[in-house]
Amino acid sequence: MAVDLENPSNYLTTRLRQAVNWGRKYSLWPLPFGVACCAIEFMSTVSSYNDISRFGAELVRFSPRQSDLMIIAGTISYKQAPILKTIYAQMAEPKWVIAMGVCASSGGFYNNYSTLQGADRVIPVDMYVAGCPPTPENLLYSLTLIQEKVEKEGLVPARVRHPGFSEALA
Amino acid sequence: MSQKLVERLQREFGADILATATNHGDESVTVAPERLRDVLAHLRGKEGCEQLSDVVGVDFPGRDRRFQVVYLLRSWAKNHRLQVKVDVAEDEAVPTVSDLYRSADWAEREVWDLFGVPFSGHPDLRRILCHHEFEGHALRKDYPIEQGQECSRPEKLFTDADVARAAQRATAVVSDPGGVVDEVHPSDLLTVNIGPSHPATHGALRAELLLDGETILEARTEIGYIHRCFEKEAEDHTWAQVMPYTDRLNYCSAMLNNSIYAMAVEKLLGVEATPRAQAIRVIVSELSRIIDHLVCVCANLVDIGALTNYWYLYNVRESIYESLEKLCGSRLTTNYARIGGMSHDLYDGFAAEIGHKLDQLLEGHSDVMKLVARNRIFLDRTVGVGVIGRADALNWGYTGPCLRATGLAYDLRRHAPYSGYEQYEFDVPTGEQGDTHDRIMVRMAEIIQSRSIVLQALDKLPDGPLNIDDHRVVLPPKRTVYDTIEGVMNQFKLVYEGIRVPRGEAYGFGEGANGELGYWCISDGSGRPYRMKVRPPCFPVFSSYAQLVQGGMIPDAIATLGSLNIIAGELDR
Ligand code: SF4
Repeated sequence: MAVDLENPSNYLTTRLRQAVNWGRKYSLWPLPFGVACCAIEFMSTVSSYNDISRFGAELVRFSPRQSDLMIIAGTISYKQAPILKTIYAQMAEPKWVIAMGVCASSGGFYNNYSTLQGADRVIPVDMYVAGCPPTPENLLYSLTLIQEKVEKEGLVPARVRHPGFSEALA
Repeated sequence: MSQKLVERLQREFGADILATATNHGDESVTVAPERLRDVLAHLRGKEGCEQLSDVVGVDFPGRDRRFQVVYLLRSWAKNHRLQVKVDVAEDEAVPTVSDLYRSADWAEREVWDLFGVPFSGHPDLRRILCHHEFEGHALRKDYPIEQGQECSRPEKLFTDADVARAAQRATAVVSDPGGVVDEVHPSDLLTVNIGPSHPATHGALRAELLLDGETILEARTEIGYIHRCFEKEAEDHTWAQVMPYTDRLNYCSAMLNNSIYAMAVEKLLGVEATPRAQAIRVIVSELSRIIDHLVCVCANLVDIGALTNYWYLYNVRESIYESLEKLCGSRLTTNYARIGGMSHDLYDGFAAEIGHKLDQLLEGHSDVMKLVARNRIFLDRTVGVGVIGRADALNWGYTGPCLRATGLAYDLRRHAPYSGYEQYEFDVPTGEQGDTHDRIMVRMAEIIQSRSIVLQALDKLPDGPLNIDDHRVVLPPKRTVYDTIEGVMNQFKLVYEGIRVPRGEAYGFGEGANGELGYWCISDGSGRPYRMKVRPPCFPVFSSYAQLVQGGMIPDAIATLGSLNIIAGELDR
């Protein structure tokens, strides 16, 4: 971006992509796919003490159509997996996914007949957050990393970023 | 008390009582499957056992009659408990008791799902925790723990035939026959699916509602979306390693799960925690109860549109979390109790810090009460909504705040005291008519009682050792491990082989945040549980949900759900 120093109050010049990405970065609308203990920490992240709105992401939307950042907070079971897939498919591009906690990242300490061994078995994940559950600070940090990604990659849709997931992204 | 009950049963049923036993103070009788219904009907009708707390399946592959089904019965009025057992061979059916006790409906489905024991006469014997495409029975000893099975699509809860039947029923009760609308056509009805990922379910639950206009004609619920196989995992770990898994049952009050689990195993071991450990358990448990109630009430209020309360209550919770984190290194998943004591002592200054936070709690509490207690909208939304009477509540297996909301002052801390609860003064708040309003208000009142218990316990916190002095149960102090060969040996054996809990079985229970939380433990003498069944308080409560909301409207269904406080982690285990 550049500001016209001669005439500072009227306009600034930038590239459209940069301006849009800058706006997008600070207005991510998260969709909490909250299924287990991690969802409780997500609630803490949103509440006033940690205050996710400092990062422009306080418009929590439970409708996939209205959100661009899915936060998978909890254990995904095989029973839940098809639903996760559907909801992800319903989100409009461009979209990002955070796997919050070890369960969503890899199944965590549930290596058993009912637990999917990581959400990335069914949908593409952009960021994995360690912890069981991750602290709110940790989740907020991952949000800032997603913001960097958004700023850099911007409008590149998930199906281009994750070519291996053609089925989930169809 | 129960001893005499067993004698009376023997007099009544003679040789049909095949065996009796006493395990760690718990009485049990074994009966033949054919006589099960008579015995249970007798216990219910004549002996005042109003409640079937749980039905537990156990698999003993070596035996002729491979499966054991255990019915845990309880009488609130007479304050006694009894276990009734039946042994059945593979594929042999057990007669259902779901018409005698409504809580048996889901409990029997669970035994069917996980063990494959069929229940003859059950109205709806489907899987409940595993998905509908699952093959085999997961808690059988021969099912490998890691053998996952994928699920291609969610199950439909209402088929077209169900909708047609509901339409017929609705037509039959049309108020104006021959009027403009005298027939309800299946296409007039609408099915609305709520969950399993929905903000108002507060967890992975699913309900499908069949609507005629705005009225809920019929509701169906489905659970199991975060079935994480706690019970199978327990069989795969040592007794001590199970502790962190208990954190994640009711993740809003992990300390309570920890403490009650430790108590259950101690019961099986025949040891008792030291007075100091007991007092610390009481303190952290009551703090957990406060947090659990705060989260329940604030989320419930958000659901009915009262967002401000969320901030008032959540901030207090957050500040108590800070102290818990300082205490055990983690906010939610605390893993603080140990079999035979606690992982470590309270930190210096804990009492003063908590005292200060409990003052803040009073502030938040009174702010919220000022906002809601006489608030017209709040009252309209909650009074008379989701009503359940006392007898029904007992029949469905309600315990805890939801039962107390019906006016029954039953609290395990009072009626079966443990961890020294008898030393503390506290009231057992009750409601009047068992509606959403009463459930919220009972929780609000309990917060104040728990606060008082914490303060009393901090006040008289006894000195003395934290852990019991038994090297077969408690890890030796680090000094001894470094300096002596016995220390190294004990540490090694406890870590690698686990605590050798003697053969036997025990049911350890306590008052969880949502009601009776129990662990049914069986040990075969190895270092791992042979069977571990959790009796989660939400499970029976949620089984009644479909009935509770029928005839009402969706917003009422949401308000009701929040007040029942269904925590999916504990529900699905
Ligand atoms: S990562 Fe840990 S806290 Fe998060 S859902 Fe899994 S078990 Fe619960």
